[in-house]
Amino acid sequence: MTLTTDETRQWLLEFSKRIQEQKQYLSDLDQAIGDGDHGSNMARGVTAVEDMIKDDSLTKPSEVMKKAAMAMISKVGGASGPLYGSAFLDMSKIIDEESLPEVVEAGLNAIKKRGKAELEDKTMVDMWGPVVEALKTDTLTQAFIEETMEATKPLKAKKGRASYLNERSIGHLDPGAVSSGYLFIAMIEEVGKND
Amino acid sequence: MKKIINDSSRVVDEMIEGFCFAHQELVKKIDDYRVIVSRDIENQVGLVSGGGSGHEPAHAGFVGEGMLSAAVCGEVFSSPTPDQVLEGIKASDNGQGVLLVVKNYTGDVLNFDMAKELAEMEDIAVETVLVDDDIAVEDSTYTAGKRGVAGTIFVHKILGAYARQGKTLKELKELGDDLVGRIKTIGVALTAATVPEVGKPGFNLKADELEYGVGIHGEPGYLRETLKTSKDIAKELVEKLSQSFTFKEDGQYGVLVNGLGATPLMEQYVFLNDVKKELAESNMQIAYTKVGNYMTSLDMAGLSLTIIEFSGTTEIAALNEEVTTPSWG
Ligand SMILES: Nc1ncnc2c1ncn2[C@@H]1O[C@H](COP(=O)(O)OP(=O)(O)O)[C@@H](O)[C@H]1O
Ligand SMILES: [Mg+2]
Repeated sequence: MTLTTDETRQWLLEFSKRIQEQKQYLSDLDQAIGDGDHGSNMARGVTAVEDMIKDDSLTKPSEVMKKAAMAMISKVGGASGPLYGSAFLDMSKIIDEESLPEVVEAGLNAIKKRGKAELEDKTMVDMWGPVVEALKTDTLTQAFIEETMEATKPLKAKKGRASYLNERSIGHLDPGAVSSGYLFIAMIEEVGKND
Repeated sequence: MKKIINDSSRVVDEMIEGFCFAHQELVKKIDDYRVIVSRDIENQVGLVSGGGSGHEPAHAGFVGEGMLSAAVCGEVFSSPTPDQVLEGIKASDNGQGVLLVVKNYTGDVLNFDMAKELAEMEDIAVETVLVDDDIAVEDSTYTAGKRGVAGTIFVHKILGAYARQGKTLKELKELGDDLVGRIKTIGVALTAATVPEVGKPGFNLKADELEYGVGIHGEPGYLRETLKTSKDIAKELVEKLSQSFTFKEDGQYGVLVNGLGATPLMEQYVFLNDVKKELAESNMQIAYTKVGNYMTSLDMAGLSLTIIEFSGTTEIAALNEEVTTPSWG
């Protein structure tokens, strides 16, 4: 089943709402192992996403997703902007034809290609990877997403700013994995609601 | 937080307005973008740099004839976005391509990479030189690699001179990659910087503590100690640098003492004097010296020491060449 335009829009709006609610928390997570700006970076991005996808003339999921990609690319900065932006952009290329597991997998591949991170490097890949697997086996739940956030805690960062800390990055959640978790919680809530 | 600002979210825009007013004969701002361009775009390869704001005078202060064609300003301590960098590239291209000088941080690398791809889609040839001079961080496949700090200004100046001489994009890229490997920096912080939008210092040092190896965004360093004399600090930093260089007796070197924002020039000169004595023991030749605030970290107190190993006299000449920029001096 493919997504409708409305589902895509509602998904992103719900994502935006969650990011804005958790802005301070995301920055606090980033303060512990990065530079404390992940919440404000993401909040700046999703505010622009909201503005750009409100437009009623967008009639296809791909148009909505592409607007969201452009908003993230041009407003976030930092490492997370190009990563979310590349993910949304590649998702937009197939979202009209393919169903959710393939769409999210396209996003995962874009993130890996741009950031060159692998599983267990303590990045957002550690959320997107497990979520793709769970989608394929139809086992994705909010509890699974929350466990996946927690699972970044014992990892040692090998990419991004947190990698400067080496061992000291252990014991903290990865902020990008948590913000990505909100994206997927929003997805569970808004996609397939009317089935 | 005690700062002379209005609205913390407007700091970068208001700074740019003031900067462009002060230096209007030399630079201009591209409308609707945080991009500062030289009024003198010469018929040469364009040189574009940038990064987060908060490091003033880097990078906009080095825009002008003989150095950068354009500088792109991100939010405080956060990389500029690809669309912004793309504008800087377009404004700097004369058909001979554009070289990007990027400090090695994941955010900067990813955003400048995307800008490069966008520019290539518009048929502009773009190459990137990554600066990673901070030896506080180990370079391994398990980290994002060494960070780019104050040594970046040597790259701006030397490649700026080469670009003015008419070197091609390919030549500049090769020269730049080679140059970067011979520039090393290590810093020391006495207090942390306060990002306006955050409102509190990025880390806490006790009144009598210092930290070696702190990055220009307050990234943690490698050692905390009770405050030392300038002599002891010079000894530590030179020692650390000499582990990554093998100082050659007949080799020629350049030294940059860079203030991080809140350390007076007086202390920077005191420190340079101690560095000079430390280096004298290695019998190396110091062929170039620069002291001042060039790559700052807002209101951080502390300084960094950069050493460049010259490949020959052309690099020294390139550093000494006259330029017309707001801040090279
Ligand atoms: N190479 C990478 N690949 C995938 N994700 C990354 C990479 N580098 C950083 N990240 C993600 O980006 C997040 C940090 O984002 P943010 O704080 O917005 O940017 P910055 O690190 O530039 O300040 C990290 O928590 C991590 O999930
Ligand atoms: Mg961050």
